[in-house]
Amino acid sequence: MVGETPGTSAPGRRVGSDDPPAALALAEEVLERATRVGATEAEVLVVAGDSALTRFANSEIHQNVAERSLSVNLRYVVGRRIAVVSTGKVDADGLRTLVHRAAAIARSCEELEDWAGLPAAAGDDVIGGSVVAWSDATAGATPELRAEGVRAVIAAATSAGVEAYGSFSTDAESVAVANSAGVRAAERRTASQLLTVQMSPDGGTGYAEAVSMDATTIDAAAIGREAATKARASDNPVSIDAGDYPVVLEEYAVGDITDMLGYTGFSALAVQEERSFFEPGRRIGSDLVTMIDDGFDPAGLPASFDYEGVAKQRVSLVEAGVCQEVVYDSQTAARAGRVSTGHGLPAPNPYGPFPLNAVMAAGSTPRDALIGGLDRGLLITRFHYTNVVHPKLAIITGMTRDGTFLVEGGKIVGPVRNLRYTQSYLDALAGVSAVSSSRKTIRGFLGAAVVPALRIDGWTFTGITEH
Amino acid sequence: MKDLTDRALDTASKLGATYADVRVVRRRDESISIKSGRVEGVALGETDGFGVRVLVDGAWGFAASDTLDMDEADRVGALAVRIARASATAQRRPVELDDRPPANGTYETPVEEDPFKLPLEAKIGDLMAADRAAGRVKGITFTESIYTAQREWKTFAATDGSFTEQVITGVGSGVEANAIDGDEHQRRSYPDGGGGFQAAGYEYVRAMNLVENAGRVAEEAVELLTAPQCPSGLMTVVLDPSQLYMQVHESCGHPSELDRVFGTEASYAGTSFLTPDKLDEGFMYGSELVTIVADATAPGGMGTFGWDDEGVAAQAVPLVQNGKFVGYLTSRETAPRVGRSSGGAMRADGWNRIPLIRMTNVNMLPVPGMSLDEIVADTDDGLYLQTNRSWSIDDRRLNFQFATEVAYEIKNGRKGRIFKNPTYTGITYEFWRSCDAVGDDRSFVMLGTPNCGKGEPSQTARVGHAVPGARFRNVRVGVGKW
Repeated sequence: MVGETPGTSAPGRRVGSDDPPAALALAEEVLERATRVGATEAEVLVVAGDSALTRFANSEIHQNVAERSLSVNLRYVVGRRIAVVSTGKVDADGLRTLVHRAAAIARSCEELEDWAGLPAAAGDDVIGGSVVAWSDATAGATPELRAEGVRAVIAAATSAGVEAYGSFSTDAESVAVANSAGVRAAERRTASQLLTVQMSPDGGTGYAEAVSMDATTIDAAAIGREAATKARASDNPVSIDAGDYPVVLEEYAVGDITDMLGYTGFSALAVQEERSFFEPGRRIGSDLVTMIDDGFDPAGLPASFDYEGVAKQRVSLVEAGVCQEVVYDSQTAARAGRVSTGHGLPAPNPYGPFPLNAVMAAGSTPRDALIGGLDRGLLITRFHYTNVVHPKLAIITGMTRDGTFLVEGGKIVGPVRNLRYTQSYLDALAGVSAVSSSRKTIRGFLGAAVVPALRIDGWTFTGITEH
Repeated sequence: MKDLTDRALDTASKLGATYADVRVVRRRDESISIKSGRVEGVALGETDGFGVRVLVDGAWGFAASDTLDMDEADRVGALAVRIARASATAQRRPVELDDRPPANGTYETPVEEDPFKLPLEAKIGDLMAADRAAGRVKGITFTESIYTAQREWKTFAATDGSFTEQVITGVGSGVEANAIDGDEHQRRSYPDGGGGFQAAGYEYVRAMNLVENAGRVAEEAVELLTAPQCPSGLMTVVLDPSQLYMQVHESCGHPSELDRVFGTEASYAGTSFLTPDKLDEGFMYGSELVTIVADATAPGGMGTFGWDDEGVAAQAVPLVQNGKFVGYLTSRETAPRVGRSSGGAMRADGWNRIPLIRMTNVNMLPVPGMSLDEIVADTDDGLYLQTNRSWSIDDRRLNFQFATEVAYEIKNGRKGRIFKNPTYTGITYEFWRSCDAVGDDRSFVMLGTPNCGKGEPSQTARVGHAVPGARFRNVRVGVGKW
């Protein structure tokens, strides 16, 4: 056998998911070790987490897991040579190995000619805690609490004669960053999510989701009822022809738009590599479309700083349909002669910065009135398995799922089978004709988005399926 | 290590577990990322820990930790039991496992040139040469090249006396050339979008001939900028292995996962149209030329191992035989529900995830007779589609749409001009039934993906697909408007 499996060890150092000072102390210790072995710059990211998830299907729990983890990510710089090494071993031997491996790798690397250095501290204070990102209730959530929530969802499904599927997760973590340019950041964060798909014996399906920093604010029974009602309403769907239809997108579907546009366009790296649709001042949406990235919004999953320890800024992405700014990390900011907006991901990061906290402005139309503006169109609950077909035009393909309805004369006529679309999300934003006055929080690729429901004048459906 | 696995199993058993297993996993990852001739990232990650899975009152519990000591073995074993008891409060059907003999032994991926022993400078140098070869081509906007290696040491023990040790090694590398002009962004990759991957040593990377191929694909990326748009309509398509493997992955591999069939992925990527009644009735999944096997013993496949993550020996399981749907990817829990024994497809993403049914190496077998070139020569009018660029499929794995990096026009048996932005779409079984030619073993290659996603919390699996090329009739191509 090549090498060996790990051996057991004496009880070692632990950093709790509720203990940012301990996480920061560990980061500072690694930083000191890295400097001692020759780093000219160094950055240490420590994440200590407790995560649990209870999963259910066919109205019973079938998977129920919990994990405790600790990771140390060291970005080690010698001149312009950079290495990144990570480990979960934080005893003295583990940390010694970490810094020596990093030093050896960095020596082997070629110089990064335009290396701009690690981000510098803005002051002497430790960044963190400027937003309420922690809930004791979420951190202390037990298997029994999650099971209770799941049983409430199942009860709602059973009352409607449908089957419940889904998951209830609770996560807690301490995040700390220390670098040789004086950055010190530490914070504890929690997140919880309850989602359910419900399926009726008559072919209907429904979906509902809640995301919150505080698990106790999630009304499991209400989520169960929302999905069950949708499942029954979508029973016995009929097939309609593909083609162009005006649509109303519920918030779950709109979350896919903010995710995809964040991925394809609102990153400074995408702009610098010329693969983004973004140009300052370019109109990409109707006057009703305004988007920001806001790590401070309490409706989302707040965070004070990014994975480089840089304080988050609110960034205006689109104002009244017109492109404003993109998000930056330290390296893309340096190339552009800007400062980081606090959107860096853990190193090494070939993907560039990412808007983790997209917020779309609410409008003035009551949510239930959105379909009133459709002479003949579709109401769509959510999208499924979306992917980029043409990046610069933000053309995306995907399927509708879990509740698609034909609307005529402003009223729902009945459920329809799912359709495939191939649609530019930029064209979609340009066609926004009404925005709901209420919003929901939706879990995204990496963070959470706060979005309204939208009415859009045209959407191109390119195929149909059998359910 | 056995002291820790014994302790965790003993603790779980004493607290009421009727079955328990424990996996201790150490994983080392190395990656190099180069963009436009700049070494953007060199990273080495190492993680280890253990996960305990228990059955209590017929319900599952799982807990994991990265702290490998006896106290933690007790805590994690006890937590898994507590979680299982919570699971039992919302359960209808107690879990029953099939019988399988206790697993004992060792397995190791055959490696000729250990990727972790090769100096980093050499690996960076090889990748840089390929990246620069692509970047030298006039009209290229940026290049991106990657190399990764992963080694996983895995110990499995169970209360039935099983004890196995495995070392799985995999490598991957590739180069990607991007040409951008206005709204047009064209990409060509070699050997595949995101790289080519195998369970092997560095010899696999050397055999790719990255430098020799990088310039060729870069020139094609630039050429695509001014190429005509792919036509729309019903056409004959020939899929290169670099696209066919993704077609197999999405429209055969995933729908054959029996846990998905039973609904346990319904709230994430969905269920499957391949319901058990189709197994009983001999559903015709494809034409008689289509035979697909899940083979965890295939050389070089990223889904090759000695035992799966619940101690079932690696094996080859037919999924589609001469067009007929004949089998599933299964686990010890699910297989008895369709009257079978586990086919050994339970795989977990590291120490902190519970095993799920995953693809191993889902391979489409070659058909003696015609090489891929001969299939093209046998085609009067059609498109040759190469290298996957995007993929999407509905929540029962029926309606799919794929995009490839390039389409070559086929006229009178010859490949000619190229088209940009090719897409094609269809319904899974209609598409596979339209297959009228499959390449022989001259085009049969082992490919795969290192990032197959499934499950909540999310898990990533390294999956192999050995495929030849194949031809399909009356396929709808050129989807969408732009």
